[in-house]
Amino acid sequence: MSAQSLSYSYNPLDLEASEPLIFNTANLKRGEIIINMGPQHPSTHGVLRLEILTDGEIVKDVVPHMGYLHRCYEKHAEKLPYNQVIPFVDRMDYLAAMNSEHAYAMGVERMLGIDKDIPARVEYIRVLVAELNRISSHFVAIGTYGLDIGAFTPFLWVMRDREHINRLLEWLSGARMLYNYIWIGGLFYDLPVGYEDRCKEFIDYLKPKLVELQKVIVDNKIFIERTANIGVLPLDLAINYGVTGPMLRASGLKFDLRKVDAYSVYPELDFDIPVGTGEMGTTGDCWDRTQVRVKECFESVRIIEQCLEKLMGEHKRTREFDPQALVPKKIRPKAMDFYVRAENPKGELGFFFRTTGNTDVPFRCKVRAPSFVNLSVLQAVSKNVMIADLVAILGSFDIVMGEIDR
Amino acid sequence: MSYTFQEIQEAIQAQFGNEVVVSENIALQQPQLTLTKESVKDVCLFLRDDARFFFDQLSCLTALDNGPAKNTLEVIYHLYSIPFNLSFIVKVETERGDGKEQLPEIPSVAGVWRTADWHEREAFDMYGIKFSGHPDLRRILLPADWEGYPLRKDYTEQEYYHGIKVAY
Repeated sequence: MSAQSLSYSYNPLDLEASEPLIFNTANLKRGEIIINMGPQHPSTHGVLRLEILTDGEIVKDVVPHMGYLHRCYEKHAEKLPYNQVIPFVDRMDYLAAMNSEHAYAMGVERMLGIDKDIPARVEYIRVLVAELNRISSHFVAIGTYGLDIGAFTPFLWVMRDREHINRLLEWLSGARMLYNYIWIGGLFYDLPVGYEDRCKEFIDYLKPKLVELQKVIVDNKIFIERTANIGVLPLDLAINYGVTGPMLRASGLKFDLRKVDAYSVYPELDFDIPVGTGEMGTTGDCWDRTQVRVKECFESVRIIEQCLEKLMGEHKRTREFDPQALVPKKIRPKAMDFYVRAENPKGELGFFFRTTGNTDVPFRCKVRAPSFVNLSVLQAVSKNVMIADLVAILGSFDIVMGEIDR
Repeated sequence: MSYTFQEIQEAIQAQFGNEVVVSENIALQQPQLTLTKESVKDVCLFLRDDARFFFDQLSCLTALDNGPAKNTLEVIYHLYSIPFNLSFIVKVETERGDGKEQLPEIPSVAGVWRTADWHEREAFDMYGIKFSGHPDLRRILLPADWEGYPLRKDYTEQEYYHGIKVAY
């Protein structure tokens, strides 16, 4: 079909029919207005539309409207063999594609029963790249959050440092954001020669930069006054809403699936789980959430250092090592239901598979996306806040629309 | 003290009687308990509040379609207990309805875990399952005036949407 043959006549009523307003303009009280924020508003981090009922500058209620980036992931997954789903998995949380790939590959390997046979070097490389990607994802979260509330400098700093990670991962896989690097049963390719040294160099460069980042953002008086006591998410509410990841930890619970489920080689690595303590205000406020992310970057650096040590020592590159040795030619798990979960930078990423045992494609592949669940708590925490604070609250959630709409 | 699947099943049967359990599948790597759809909300509330289990988190809620031949839809609840590090899987089966006027109904668990609110909206959006007692059941990812339920196995897309051709 050529572009000319597309015809569409604009009808103003179509808008009302496709996504009707929740608040009725006829029932508004005196002084109340409905404000529409998004889907092209820069502070919503993607195509999220918020319908806000305001009284002056006070937000009375807020309703998110999603679906502008819906790409039918689950329908596609029902048509494709397991290995061909991985590029789609990349495109869900496009800021942390390695972590999503890791979770997906782990799930399919467990279904096939080959998860215990994966060579240690492969697992260490997976954790190395996943943690690099976690840092880059947290960098985007922290940097854009700074932008949201008026701090421009940290954004430029984290983008500069994130560029190194993008280039490192590009060297590895050929892509800057959507890698398709972790395969079921192995990896696309071994680390390039000299990769470990370059990684080490980068980590040495990054460590002082992280301290600087901490100083300029979480220890900054202006930032503290802007975010402390804003958008407090109590722990019971967070659990009831299924909130996971840095948001749950900021509310004071030491809960990290890397420790709880102890998957991959995480039990062999030494790292801490930062939690929110309410140091600057109340536990679970916007400041706590940002602080947990910054501290997690430090922990990821520790994990990367340990991985590099293993990759250059105990599990170093050999001529015989083939990361694709275990990649199955035909991926056909037995008939079963299987749920797998892993800790993504945003929270618990879960995949539910149903397999029939006689085809190469999943019968059902549901994604439990952390951003989707985390965003659902927005309405509960942003009653009676200022409009400017709503932007601060939403920014501290660190959502990715690709994952919410799938 | 960590409870096994059988012990949790026995606790449910002791509380609600044997008739709430339709079947159990313990052959699976992750065992499932199929409940009658009328009982699912009460059982979930019991599992959440019972001091032995405290299933305080609903990890995932999945709907799936077994196709027109089997004529069933399933909803699978993945429960997780943060204090005891326990997992439990509850399943409900229902007939499919015709996917237009007749839609199957299942009691909503949004009152038990608020996170079920959006998960159930998504299940309604994609499979056309009505969750009775849900506070705000409407489509979440697709436009409100979309026709049909896309993740059903017999779904065919509509020809035009607001004058735009859907198939490409």
